[in-house]
Amino acid sequence: MIKFDNVSKRYPGGHQALSQVSFELGDGEMAFLTGRSGAGKSTLLKLVMLMEKTSQGEIVVNGKNLARMPRDQIPFYRRRIGVVFQDHQLLFDRTVFDNVALPLQIEGYPKHEADRRVRAALDKVGLLKKEKMNPMALSGGEQQRIGIARAVVNRPQILLADEPTGNLDPDLAAEIMTLLEQFNQVGVSMLIASHDLSLITRLSHRILTLHNGQLVNDATYPVPPGASRRAEVERSPGSAP
Amino acid sequence: MSKRMPESGARQRQQTSMGRLKSLWQSHRAVALQSIRKLIGEPAASAMTIAVIGIALLLPTTLFVAMNNLQILSEGVSESSRITLYLADSFSEAEGRNLSEQLLARPDISTGAYISSAQAAEEFREYSGLGDVLSELDENPLPAVIVLSPQDIDEASGAALLAELNALAGVESAQLDLAWIARLQRFLDLAQRMSAALMLVLALAVLFVVGNTIRLAIEGRRAEIVVVKLVGGTDSYVARPFLYTGFWYGLGGGLLAWLLLSLIMLALSGPLDALLALYDNQHSVHGLSLLPGLILLAGSALLGWLGAWISVRQHLSAIEPR
Repeated sequence: MIKFDNVSKRYPGGHQALSQVSFELGDGEMAFLTGRSGAGKSTLLKLVMLMEKTSQGEIVVNGKNLARMPRDQIPFYRRRIGVVFQDHQLLFDRTVFDNVALPLQIEGYPKHEADRRVRAALDKVGLLKKEKMNPMALSGGEQQRIGIARAVVNRPQILLADEPTGNLDPDLAAEIMTLLEQFNQVGVSMLIASHDLSLITRLSHRILTLHNGQLVNDATYPVPPGASRRAEVERSPGSAP
Repeated sequence: MSKRMPESGARQRQQTSMGRLKSLWQSHRAVALQSIRKLIGEPAASAMTIAVIGIALLLPTTLFVAMNNLQILSEGVSESSRITLYLADSFSEAEGRNLSEQLLARPDISTGAYISSAQAAEEFREYSGLGDVLSELDENPLPAVIVLSPQDIDEASGAALLAELNALAGVESAQLDLAWIARLQRFLDLAQRMSAALMLVLALAVLFVVGNTIRLAIEGRRAEIVVVKLVGGTDSYVARPFLYTGFWYGLGGGLLAWLLLSLIMLALSGPLDALLALYDNQHSVHGLSLLPGLILLAGSALLGWLGAWISVRQHLSAIEPR
Protein backbone atom coordinates (compact mmCIF):
# COMPACT_ATOMS: atom_id res chain seq x y z
CA MET A 1 0.00 0.00 0.00
CA ILE A 2 2.88 2.34 0.87
CA LYS A 3 6.33 1.64 -0.53
CA PHE A 4 9.47 3.67 0.28
CA ASP A 5 12.46 2.98 -1.92
CA ASN A 6 15.72 4.62 -0.80
CA VAL A 7 13.93 7.79 0.16
CA SER A 8 15.98 10.77 1.35
CA LYS A 9 14.76 14.20 2.32
CA ARG A 10 17.04 17.16 2.70
CA TYR A 11 15.42 20.46 3.65
CA PRO A 12 16.63 23.71 2.14
CA GLY A 13 19.35 24.83 4.52
CA GLY A 14 20.95 21.40 4.59
CA HIS A 15 19.11 19.54 7.32
CA GLN A 16 19.03 15.87 6.34
CA ALA A 17 15.67 14.71 7.70
CA LEU A 18 15.59 11.26 6.11
CA SER A 19 18.38 9.12 4.63
CA GLN A 20 17.75 6.23 2.30
CA VAL A 21 14.66 4.90 3.97
CA SER A 22 13.14 1.76 2.43
CA PHE A 23 10.17 -0.21 3.68
CA GLU A 24 6.83 -1.44 2.48
CA LEU A 25 3.52 -1.28 4.30
CA GLY A 26 1.14 -3.96 3.12
CA ASP A 27 -2.52 -3.63 2.32
CA GLY A 28 -4.44 -3.52 5.57
CA GLU A 29 -1.27 -3.52 7.65
CA MET A 30 -0.80 -1.43 10.79
CA ALA A 31 2.64 -0.16 11.74
CA PHE A 32 4.07 2.23 14.28
CA LEU A 33 6.76 4.70 13.43
CA THR A 34 8.92 5.56 16.39
CA GLY A 35 12.09 7.39 17.32
CA ARG A 36 13.10 10.55 19.17
CA SER A 37 11.74 13.90 18.19
CA GLY A 38 13.70 15.03 15.17
CA ALA A 39 14.32 11.48 14.01
CA GLY A 40 12.23 12.08 10.91
CA LYS A 41 8.81 10.62 11.83
CA SER A 42 6.83 13.71 10.88
CA THR A 43 8.86 14.24 7.73
CA LEU A 44 8.11 10.69 6.62
CA LEU A 45 4.37 11.23 7.07
CA LYS A 46 4.56 14.59 5.31
CA LEU A 47 6.18 12.91 2.33
CA VAL A 48 3.30 10.44 2.14
CA MET A 49 0.81 13.32 2.36
CA LEU A 50 2.71 15.21 -0.35
CA MET A 51 3.15 18.11 2.04
CA GLU A 52 6.84 17.78 1.20
CA LYS A 53 8.65 16.39 -1.81
CA THR A 54 11.35 13.74 -1.64
CA SER A 55 14.90 14.79 -2.46
CA GLN A 56 15.87 11.31 -3.60
CA GLY A 57 14.26 7.93 -3.95
CA GLU A 58 10.74 6.91 -4.76
CA ILE A 59 7.49 6.63 -2.83
CA VAL A 60 4.70 4.57 -4.31
CA VAL A 61 1.30 4.74 -2.62
CA ASN A 62 -1.50 2.49 -3.82
CA GLY A 63 0.37 1.94 -7.08
CA LYS A 64 0.98 5.65 -7.70
CA ASN A 65 4.44 7.15 -7.85
CA LEU A 66 4.16 10.33 -5.80
CA ALA A 67 7.01 12.10 -7.61
CA ARG A 68 5.02 11.97 -10.84
CA MET A 69 1.75 13.21 -9.41
CA PRO A 70 0.63 16.46 -11.04
CA ARG A 71 -0.16 19.25 -8.62
CA ASP A 72 -3.85 19.33 -9.50
CA GLN A 73 -4.20 15.64 -8.61
CA ILE A 74 -2.88 16.09 -5.07
CA PRO A 75 -6.28 16.99 -3.52
CA PHE A 76 -7.88 13.87 -4.99
CA TYR A 77 -4.98 11.76 -3.75
CA ARG A 78 -5.31 13.22 -0.25
CA ARG A 79 -9.00 12.32 -0.15
CA ARG A 80 -8.01 8.65 -0.10
CA ILE A 81 -5.81 9.20 2.96
CA GLY A 82 -7.06 10.03 6.42
CA VAL A 83 -4.76 12.00 8.70
CA VAL A 84 -4.83 12.46 12.46
CA PHE A 85 -2.68 15.21 13.96
CA GLN A 86 -1.24 15.66 17.41
CA ASP A 87 -2.74 19.15 17.57
CA HIS A 88 -6.02 17.87 16.06
CA GLN A 89 -6.23 20.67 13.43
CA LEU A 90 -9.89 21.22 14.22
CA LEU A 91 -11.81 24.32 13.18
CA PHE A 92 -13.27 26.13 16.15
CA ASP A 93 -15.67 28.27 14.14
CA ARG A 94 -18.03 25.34 13.61
CA THR A 95 -19.63 22.42 15.42
CA VAL A 96 -18.22 18.95 15.98
CA PHE A 97 -20.57 17.70 13.27
CA ASP A 98 -19.40 20.25 10.71
CA ASN A 99 -15.76 19.49 11.48
CA VAL A 100 -16.29 15.83 10.71
CA ALA A 101 -18.44 16.63 7.66
CA LEU A 102 -15.71 18.77 6.07
CA PRO A 103 -14.08 16.05 3.90
CA LEU A 104 -17.51 14.98 2.63
CA GLN A 105 -18.49 18.58 1.83
CA ILE A 106 -15.28 18.93 -0.12
CA GLU A 107 -16.05 15.79 -2.09
CA GLY A 108 -19.56 17.06 -2.74
CA TYR A 109 -21.55 14.28 -1.10
CA PRO A 110 -25.32 14.72 -1.15
CA LYS A 111 -26.43 16.06 2.21
CA HIS A 112 -28.43 13.06 3.45
CA GLU A 113 -25.57 10.69 2.56
CA ALA A 114 -23.03 12.98 4.25
CA ASP A 115 -25.19 13.29 7.38
CA ARG A 116 -25.50 9.53 7.61
CA ARG A 117 -21.74 9.00 7.31
CA VAL A 118 -20.87 11.76 9.78
CA ARG A 119 -23.22 10.27 12.37
CA ALA A 120 -21.77 6.80 11.78
CA ALA A 121 -18.21 8.13 12.27
CA LEU A 122 -19.19 10.09 15.38
CA ASP A 123 -20.95 7.04 16.73
CA LYS A 124 -17.79 4.95 16.28
CA VAL A 125 -15.70 7.41 18.28
CA GLY A 126 -18.43 7.79 20.87
CA LEU A 127 -19.24 11.46 20.31
CA LEU A 128 -22.67 11.24 18.70
CA LYS A 129 -24.27 13.09 21.59
CA LYS A 130 -21.86 16.01 21.29
CA GLU A 131 -22.28 16.65 17.57
CA LYS A 132 -23.80 20.10 18.07
CA MET A 133 -21.09 21.33 20.44
CA ASN A 134 -18.09 23.45 19.58
CA PRO A 135 -14.88 21.38 19.70
CA MET A 136 -13.38 24.06 21.93
CA ALA A 137 -15.74 22.97 24.70
CA LEU A 138 -14.46 19.39 24.62
CA SER A 139 -11.50 17.74 26.35
CA GLY A 140 -8.22 16.92 24.60
CA GLY A 141 -9.15 13.25 24.28
CA GLU A 142 -12.52 14.12 22.81
CA GLN A 143 -10.93 16.58 20.39
CA GLN A 144 -8.62 13.82 19.21
CA ARG A 145 -11.65 11.61 18.65
CA ILE A 146 -13.19 14.30 16.47
CA GLY A 147 -9.94 14.34 14.50
CA ILE A 148 -10.14 10.58 14.07
CA ALA A 149 -13.79 10.71 13.04
CA ARG A 150 -12.89 13.33 10.41
CA ALA A 151 -9.99 11.18 9.19
CA VAL A 152 -12.16 8.10 8.67
CA VAL A 153 -15.45 9.68 7.59
CA ASN A 154 -14.85 9.21 3.87
CA ARG A 155 -13.54 5.69 4.44
CA PRO A 156 -9.94 6.15 3.35
CA GLN A 157 -7.71 3.27 2.35
CA ILE A 158 -4.85 4.63 4.40
CA LEU A 159 -4.81 6.35 7.78
CA LEU A 160 -1.77 8.31 8.92
CA ALA A 161 -1.44 9.59 12.47
CA ASP A 162 1.25 11.91 13.80
CA GLU A 163 1.59 11.50 17.57
CA PRO A 164 -2.15 11.00 18.02
CA THR A 165 -1.71 10.43 21.74
CA GLY A 166 0.98 13.06 22.28
CA ASN A 167 -0.96 15.30 24.62
CA LEU A 168 -3.05 12.67 26.36
CA ASP A 169 -2.69 10.89 29.66
CA PRO A 170 -1.90 7.15 29.50
CA ASP A 171 -5.48 5.90 29.90
CA LEU A 172 -6.80 8.20 27.19
CA ALA A 173 -3.83 7.36 24.98
CA ALA A 174 -4.58 3.65 25.26
CA GLU A 175 -8.21 4.32 24.40
CA ILE A 176 -7.25 6.25 21.29
CA MET A 177 -4.90 3.46 20.17
CA THR A 178 -7.62 0.87 20.68
CA LEU A 179 -9.95 3.01 18.59
CA LEU A 180 -7.37 3.20 15.81
CA GLU A 181 -6.87 -0.57 15.95
CA GLN A 182 -10.58 -1.02 15.38
CA PHE A 183 -10.34 0.86 12.11
CA ASN A 184 -7.36 -1.26 11.14
CA GLN A 185 -9.44 -4.35 11.80
CA VAL A 186 -11.91 -3.34 9.10
CA GLY A 187 -9.08 -3.09 6.60
CA VAL A 188 -7.59 0.40 6.77
CA SER A 189 -3.81 0.45 6.30
CA MET A 190 -2.19 2.47 9.08
CA LEU A 191 1.04 4.23 9.79
CA ILE A 192 1.15 5.82 13.24
CA ALA A 193 4.05 7.95 14.43
CA SER A 194 4.44 7.76 18.19
CA HIS A 195 7.24 8.03 20.70
CA ASP A 196 5.11 6.43 23.38
CA LEU A 197 7.02 3.15 23.53
CA SER A 198 5.38 1.86 26.67
CA LEU A 199 2.07 2.06 24.81
CA ILE A 200 2.99 0.79 21.35
CA THR A 201 5.10 -2.14 22.54
CA ARG A 202 2.06 -3.47 24.31
CA LEU A 203 0.25 -3.72 20.98
CA SER A 204 1.12 -6.46 18.58
CA HIS A 205 2.07 -4.52 15.47
CA ARG A 206 5.07 -3.81 13.33
CA ILE A 207 7.37 -1.08 14.65
CA LEU A 208 9.61 0.99 12.39
CA THR A 209 12.32 2.83 14.30
CA LEU A 210 13.97 5.95 12.93
CA HIS A 211 17.21 7.40 14.22
CA ASN A 212 18.69 10.57 12.72
CA GLY A 213 16.68 10.04 9.59
CA GLN A 214 17.68 6.43 9.08
CA LEU A 215 15.49 3.40 9.47
CA VAL A 216 17.40 1.41 12.08
CA ASN A 217 14.90 -1.20 13.09
CA ASP A 218 11.90 -2.77 11.36
CA ALA A 219 10.39 -5.65 13.24
CA THR A 220 7.11 -7.26 14.03
CA TYR A 221 7.23 -9.17 17.20
CA PRO A 222 4.72 -11.77 18.02
CA VAL A 223 3.64 -10.96 21.49
CA PRO A 224 4.58 -13.78 23.83
CA PRO A 225 1.89 -14.05 26.43
CA GLY A 226 2.74 -11.85 29.37
CA ALA A 227 6.01 -10.67 27.84
CA SER A 228 7.01 -7.09 27.23
CA ARG A 229 8.57 -6.20 23.91
CA ARG A 230 9.73 -2.91 25.24
CA ALA A 231 13.22 -4.12 26.10
CA GLU A 232 13.83 -5.36 22.58
CA VAL A 233 12.80 -2.15 20.90
CA GLU A 234 14.77 -0.09 23.35
CA ARG A 235 17.93 -1.93 22.42
CA SER A 236 17.79 -0.38 18.97
CA PRO A 237 19.81 2.86 18.91
CA GLY A 238 17.02 5.15 17.73
CA SER A 239 14.47 4.48 20.39
CA ALA A 240 13.64 6.70 23.29
CA PRO A 241 15.59 6.04 26.47
CA MET B 1 -8.43 -4.55 1.07
CA SER B 2 -11.72 -4.05 -0.64
CA LYS B 3 -12.78 -7.59 0.06
CA ARG B 4 -12.61 -6.80 3.74
CA MET B 5 -14.24 -3.45 3.26
CA PRO B 6 -16.96 -4.12 0.74
CA GLU B 7 -18.23 -0.57 1.00
CA SER B 8 -14.80 0.95 1.14
CA GLY B 9 -14.04 4.37 -0.18
CA ALA B 10 -15.73 6.61 -2.62
CA ARG B 11 -14.59 4.42 -5.49
CA GLN B 12 -17.82 2.50 -5.24
CA ARG B 13 -19.83 5.66 -5.14
CA GLN B 14 -21.39 5.79 -8.56
CA GLN B 15 -21.95 9.39 -9.37
CA THR B 16 -23.80 10.24 -12.53
CA SER B 17 -22.90 13.49 -14.21
CA MET B 18 -26.36 14.78 -13.25
CA GLY B 19 -25.62 13.94 -9.64
CA ARG B 20 -22.27 15.67 -9.85
CA LEU B 21 -23.87 18.80 -11.31
CA LYS B 22 -26.48 18.72 -8.59
CA SER B 23 -23.92 18.44 -5.81
CA LEU B 24 -21.82 21.19 -7.41
CA TRP B 25 -24.90 23.40 -7.51
CA GLN B 26 -25.67 22.57 -3.88
CA SER B 27 -22.11 23.35 -2.91
CA HIS B 28 -22.14 26.68 -4.76
CA ARG B 29 -25.44 27.65 -3.20
CA ALA B 30 -24.20 26.70 0.27
CA VAL B 31 -20.97 28.67 -0.18
CA ALA B 32 -22.81 31.69 -1.60
CA LEU B 33 -25.17 31.73 1.37
CA GLN B 34 -22.38 31.09 3.86
CA SER B 35 -20.27 33.94 2.52
CA ILE B 36 -23.17 36.39 2.62
CA ARG B 37 -23.98 35.26 6.16
CA LYS B 38 -20.36 35.88 7.12
CA LEU B 39 -20.53 39.40 5.69
CA ILE B 40 -23.71 40.12 7.61
CA GLY B 41 -22.12 38.60 10.71
CA GLU B 42 -19.36 41.22 10.60
CA PRO B 43 -21.46 44.26 9.72
CA ALA B 44 -18.91 46.92 10.70
CA ALA B 45 -16.08 45.57 8.55
CA SER B 46 -18.34 44.69 5.63
CA ALA B 47 -20.10 48.04 5.70
CA MET B 48 -16.77 49.84 5.54
CA THR B 49 -15.65 47.93 2.46
CA ILE B 50 -19.01 48.23 0.75
CA ALA B 51 -19.11 51.96 1.54
CA VAL B 52 -15.70 52.49 -0.07
CA ILE B 53 -16.76 50.56 -3.17
CA GLY B 54 -20.11 52.34 -3.29
CA ILE B 55 -18.55 55.79 -3.09
CA ALA B 56 -15.93 54.88 -5.68
CA LEU B 57 -18.71 53.77 -8.02
CA LEU B 58 -20.92 56.74 -7.18
CA LEU B 59 -18.58 59.24 -8.79
CA PRO B 60 -18.55 57.85 -12.35
CA THR B 61 -22.22 56.92 -12.09
CA THR B 62 -23.15 60.46 -11.13
CA LEU B 63 -21.09 61.76 -13.99
CA PHE B 64 -22.84 59.35 -16.33
CA VAL B 65 -26.25 60.54 -15.19
CA ALA B 66 -25.21 64.20 -15.43
CA MET B 67 -23.96 63.63 -18.98
CA ASN B 68 -27.15 61.87 -19.87
CA ASN B 69 -29.23 64.78 -18.65
CA LEU B 70 -27.01 67.28 -20.44
CA GLN B 71 -27.37 65.31 -23.63
CA ILE B 72 -31.14 65.30 -23.38
CA LEU B 73 -31.05 68.96 -22.44
CA SER B 74 -28.82 69.89 -25.37
CA GLU B 75 -31.20 68.14 -27.73
CA GLY B 76 -33.93 70.29 -26.25
CA VAL B 77 -31.79 73.36 -26.72
CA SER B 78 -31.05 72.66 -30.36
CA GLU B 79 -34.71 71.96 -30.95
CA SER B 80 -35.57 75.29 -29.49
CA SER B 81 -32.77 77.02 -31.31
CA ARG B 82 -34.07 79.65 -33.62
CA ILE B 83 -33.01 81.00 -36.94
CA THR B 84 -33.83 84.59 -37.55
CA LEU B 85 -34.07 85.78 -41.14
CA TYR B 86 -33.75 89.55 -41.46
CA LEU B 87 -35.59 90.55 -44.60
CA ALA B 88 -34.56 93.29 -46.96
CA ASP B 89 -36.53 96.56 -46.76
CA SER B 90 -37.44 96.17 -50.42
CA PHE B 91 -39.31 92.97 -49.63
CA SER B 92 -43.06 93.57 -49.25
CA GLU B 93 -45.10 92.09 -46.46
CA ALA B 94 -46.95 89.77 -48.88
CA GLU B 95 -43.66 88.49 -50.25
CA GLY B 96 -42.44 87.97 -46.70
CA ARG B 97 -45.50 85.98 -45.66
CA ASN B 98 -45.23 83.97 -48.85
CA LEU B 99 -41.57 83.10 -48.14
CA SER B 100 -42.42 82.18 -44.57
CA GLU B 101 -45.05 79.71 -45.75
CA GLN B 102 -42.69 78.21 -48.33
CA LEU B 103 -40.08 77.68 -45.68
CA LEU B 104 -42.59 76.16 -43.30
CA ALA B 105 -43.37 73.50 -45.93
CA ARG B 106 -39.78 72.22 -45.75
CA PRO B 107 -39.26 69.08 -43.71
CA ASP B 108 -36.30 70.48 -41.76
CA ILE B 109 -38.29 73.46 -40.47
CA SER B 110 -40.79 72.80 -37.72
CA THR B 111 -42.24 76.21 -36.99
CA GLY B 112 -42.00 79.53 -38.66
CA ALA B 113 -43.58 82.93 -38.21
CA TYR B 114 -43.47 86.16 -40.11
CA ILE B 115 -43.08 89.29 -38.03
CA SER B 116 -43.59 92.50 -39.93
CA SER B 117 -41.51 95.51 -39.11
CA ALA B 118 -44.56 97.18 -37.48
CA GLN B 119 -45.11 94.11 -35.31
CA ALA B 120 -41.45 94.08 -34.40
CA ALA B 121 -41.63 97.70 -33.34
CA GLU B 122 -44.74 96.92 -31.29
CA GLU B 123 -42.98 94.05 -29.51
CA PHE B 124 -39.92 96.14 -28.94
CA ARG B 125 -42.01 98.84 -27.42
CA GLU B 126 -43.78 96.40 -25.19
CA TYR B 127 -40.87 94.31 -23.91
CA SER B 128 -37.76 96.41 -24.05
CA GLY B 129 -39.00 99.37 -22.09
CA LEU B 130 -37.25 101.56 -24.65
CA GLY B 131 -40.42 102.38 -26.59
CA ASP B 132 -39.83 106.09 -26.17
CA VAL B 133 -36.55 105.86 -28.01
CA LEU B 134 -38.33 104.27 -30.92
CA SER B 135 -40.99 106.97 -31.10
CA GLU B 136 -38.28 109.61 -31.22
CA LEU B 137 -37.12 108.19 -34.53
CA ASP B 138 -38.57 109.31 -37.82
CA GLU B 139 -39.13 105.92 -39.22
CA ASN B 140 -39.22 102.41 -37.87
CA PRO B 141 -35.64 101.07 -38.02
CA LEU B 142 -36.62 97.49 -37.33
CA PRO B 143 -36.66 95.13 -40.31
CA ALA B 144 -39.32 92.51 -40.93
CA VAL B 145 -38.14 89.09 -39.80
CA ILE B 146 -39.05 85.45 -40.22
CA VAL B 147 -38.38 83.38 -37.12
CA LEU B 148 -37.86 79.67 -37.81
CA SER B 149 -37.21 76.71 -35.58
CA PRO B 150 -35.27 74.05 -37.41
CA GLN B 151 -35.92 70.38 -36.84
CA ASP B 152 -33.14 68.17 -35.31
CA ILE B 153 -30.29 70.48 -35.94
CA ASP B 154 -26.66 69.85 -35.18
CA GLU B 155 -23.55 71.80 -35.97
CA ALA B 156 -23.08 70.65 -39.58
CA SER B 157 -26.69 70.62 -40.71
CA GLY B 158 -27.23 73.95 -38.99
CA ALA B 159 -24.40 75.53 -40.94
CA ALA B 160 -25.71 74.09 -44.22
CA LEU B 161 -29.22 75.28 -43.55
CA LEU B 162 -27.99 78.73 -42.64
CA ALA B 163 -25.98 79.02 -45.84
CA GLU B 164 -29.01 77.98 -47.84
CA LEU B 165 -31.26 80.50 -46.13
CA ASN B 166 -28.70 83.27 -46.53
CA ALA B 167 -28.76 82.72 -50.27
CA LEU B 168 -32.54 83.18 -50.53
CA ALA B 169 -33.76 86.24 -52.39
CA GLY B 170 -34.97 88.96 -50.09
CA VAL B 171 -33.05 87.70 -47.06
CA GLU B 172 -30.61 90.25 -45.83
CA SER B 173 -28.99 87.92 -43.34
CA ALA B 174 -29.81 84.71 -41.48
CA GLN B 175 -28.60 84.20 -37.94
CA LEU B 176 -28.22 81.12 -35.80
CA ASP B 177 -26.11 80.95 -32.70
CA LEU B 178 -24.10 77.96 -33.87
CA ALA B 179 -21.03 78.66 -31.82
CA TRP B 180 -22.94 78.02 -28.64
CA ILE B 181 -24.18 74.61 -29.81
CA ALA B 182 -20.70 73.76 -31.04
CA ARG B 183 -19.20 74.62 -27.69
CA LEU B 184 -21.78 72.53 -25.84
CA GLN B 185 -21.12 69.57 -28.09
CA ARG B 186 -17.35 69.87 -27.59
CA PHE B 187 -17.91 70.09 -23.88
CA LEU B 188 -20.07 66.97 -23.91
CA ASP B 189 -17.45 65.08 -25.91
CA LEU B 190 -14.78 66.07 -23.42
CA ALA B 191 -16.92 65.17 -20.45
CA GLN B 192 -17.66 61.79 -22.01
CA ARG B 193 -13.95 61.06 -22.36
CA MET B 194 -13.31 62.24 -18.83
CA SER B 195 -16.04 60.08 -17.39
CA ALA B 196 -14.69 57.06 -19.27
CA ALA B 197 -11.21 57.69 -17.88
CA LEU B 198 -12.60 58.25 -14.40
CA MET B 199 -14.63 55.07 -14.64
CA LEU B 200 -11.51 53.13 -15.55
CA VAL B 201 -9.49 54.57 -12.68
CA LEU B 202 -12.25 53.99 -10.16
CA ALA B 203 -12.85 50.46 -11.43
CA LEU B 204 -9.17 49.84 -10.68
CA ALA B 205 -9.70 51.32 -7.23
CA VAL B 206 -12.58 48.90 -6.64
CA LEU B 207 -10.37 46.01 -7.73
CA PHE B 208 -7.71 47.04 -5.24
CA VAL B 209 -10.15 47.56 -2.40
CA VAL B 210 -11.78 44.16 -2.90
CA GLY B 211 -8.39 42.53 -3.49
CA ASN B 212 -7.00 43.88 -0.27
CA THR B 213 -10.09 42.96 1.74
CA ILE B 214 -9.95 39.43 0.37
CA ARG B 215 -6.24 39.24 1.15
CA LEU B 216 -7.03 40.01 4.79
CA ALA B 217 -9.85 37.46 4.75
CA ILE B 218 -7.46 34.82 3.41
CA GLU B 219 -4.96 35.63 6.17
CA GLY B 220 -7.73 35.41 8.74
CA ARG B 221 -8.76 31.97 7.55
CA ARG B 222 -5.28 30.54 7.11
CA ALA B 223 -5.87 27.69 9.58
CA GLU B 224 -9.06 26.67 7.85
CA ILE B 225 -7.41 26.75 4.42
CA VAL B 226 -4.62 24.49 5.66
CA VAL B 227 -7.09 21.96 7.06
CA VAL B 228 -9.24 22.04 3.93
CA LYS B 229 -6.19 21.44 1.74
CA LEU B 230 -5.07 18.60 4.01
CA VAL B 231 -8.34 16.74 3.71
CA GLY B 232 -8.35 17.09 -0.07
CA GLY B 233 -9.91 20.45 -0.90
CA THR B 234 -9.01 21.53 -4.43
CA ASP B 235 -7.76 25.05 -5.13
CA SER B 236 -11.10 25.98 -6.65
CA TYR B 237 -12.94 24.67 -3.59
CA VAL B 238 -10.71 26.76 -1.32
CA ALA B 239 -11.09 29.81 -3.55
CA ARG B 240 -14.86 29.61 -3.90
CA PRO B 241 -15.94 31.33 -0.65
CA PHE B 242 -13.52 34.19 -1.30
CA LEU B 243 -14.77 34.66 -4.85
CA TYR B 244 -18.35 34.78 -3.59
CA THR B 245 -17.34 37.25 -0.89
CA GLY B 246 -15.83 39.50 -3.56
CA PHE B 247 -18.98 39.13 -5.65
CA TRP B 248 -21.18 40.21 -2.74
CA TYR B 249 -18.91 43.14 -1.90
CA GLY B 250 -19.13 44.34 -5.50
CA LEU B 251 -22.87 43.88 -5.69
CA GLY B 252 -23.34 45.63 -2.33
CA GLY B 253 -21.17 48.52 -3.49
CA GLY B 254 -23.16 48.81 -6.72
CA LEU B 255 -26.45 48.83 -4.83
CA LEU B 256 -25.13 51.46 -2.45
CA ALA B 257 -23.97 53.64 -5.35
CA TRP B 258 -27.41 53.38 -6.96
CA LEU B 259 -29.10 54.21 -3.66
CA LEU B 260 -26.86 57.21 -2.97
CA LEU B 261 -27.36 58.49 -6.51
CA SER B 262 -31.13 58.21 -6.14
CA LEU B 263 -30.94 60.18 -2.89
CA ILE B 264 -28.83 62.86 -4.56
CA MET B 265 -31.23 63.07 -7.49
CA LEU B 266 -34.13 63.32 -5.06
CA ALA B 267 -32.45 66.19 -3.26
CA LEU B 268 -31.51 68.01 -6.47
CA SER B 269 -34.55 67.38 -8.64
CA GLY B 270 -36.68 70.15 -7.09
CA PRO B 271 -34.21 73.02 -7.58
CA LEU B 272 -33.00 71.64 -10.93
CA ASP B 273 -36.48 71.33 -12.37
CA ALA B 274 -37.23 74.84 -11.19
CA LEU B 275 -34.05 76.05 -12.88
CA LEU B 276 -34.96 74.28 -16.12
CA ALA B 277 -38.45 75.72 -16.01
CA LEU B 278 -36.90 79.20 -16.01
CA TYR B 279 -35.37 78.36 -19.36
CA ASP B 280 -38.75 77.31 -20.63
CA ASN B 281 -37.58 73.73 -20.90
CA GLN B 282 -40.07 70.91 -20.60
CA HIS B 283 -37.44 68.31 -19.65
CA SER B 284 -37.14 67.19 -16.08
CA VAL B 285 -34.04 65.64 -14.54
CA HIS B 286 -33.64 61.89 -14.93
CA GLY B 287 -31.96 59.52 -12.47
CA LEU B 288 -30.40 56.17 -13.32
CA SER B 289 -32.99 54.18 -15.25
CA LEU B 290 -33.46 50.43 -14.91
CA LEU B 291 -31.17 49.14 -17.64
CA PRO B 292 -28.10 51.28 -16.83
CA GLY B 293 -28.79 50.52 -13.18
CA LEU B 294 -28.72 46.79 -13.82
CA ILE B 295 -25.54 47.24 -15.86
CA LEU B 296 -24.04 49.09 -12.87
CA LEU B 297 -24.94 46.18 -10.57
CA ALA B 298 -23.62 43.54 -12.96
CA GLY B 299 -20.43 45.51 -13.54
CA SER B 300 -19.79 46.11 -9.86
CA ALA B 301 -20.44 42.46 -8.98
CA LEU B 302 -18.05 41.42 -11.74
CA LEU B 303 -15.44 43.87 -10.48
CA GLY B 304 -15.77 42.47 -6.96
CA TRP B 305 -15.41 38.94 -8.23
CA LEU B 306 -12.40 39.90 -10.34
CA GLY B 307 -10.70 41.67 -7.44
CA ALA B 308 -11.19 38.59 -5.29
CA TRP B 309 -9.92 36.36 -8.08
CA ILE B 310 -6.72 38.37 -8.45
CA SER B 311 -6.16 38.30 -4.69
CA VAL B 312 -6.91 34.58 -4.46
CA ARG B 313 -4.47 33.82 -7.26
CA GLN B 314 -1.77 35.81 -5.53
CA HIS B 315 -2.19 34.69 -1.96
CA LEU B 316 -3.93 31.33 -1.81
CA SER B 317 -1.21 29.25 -3.39
CA ALA B 318 1.22 30.54 -0.75
CA ILE B 319 -0.79 28.76 1.94
CA GLU B 320 0.11 25.10 1.92
CA PRO B 321 0.02 22.66 4.81
CA ARG B 322 3.48 22.34 6.37
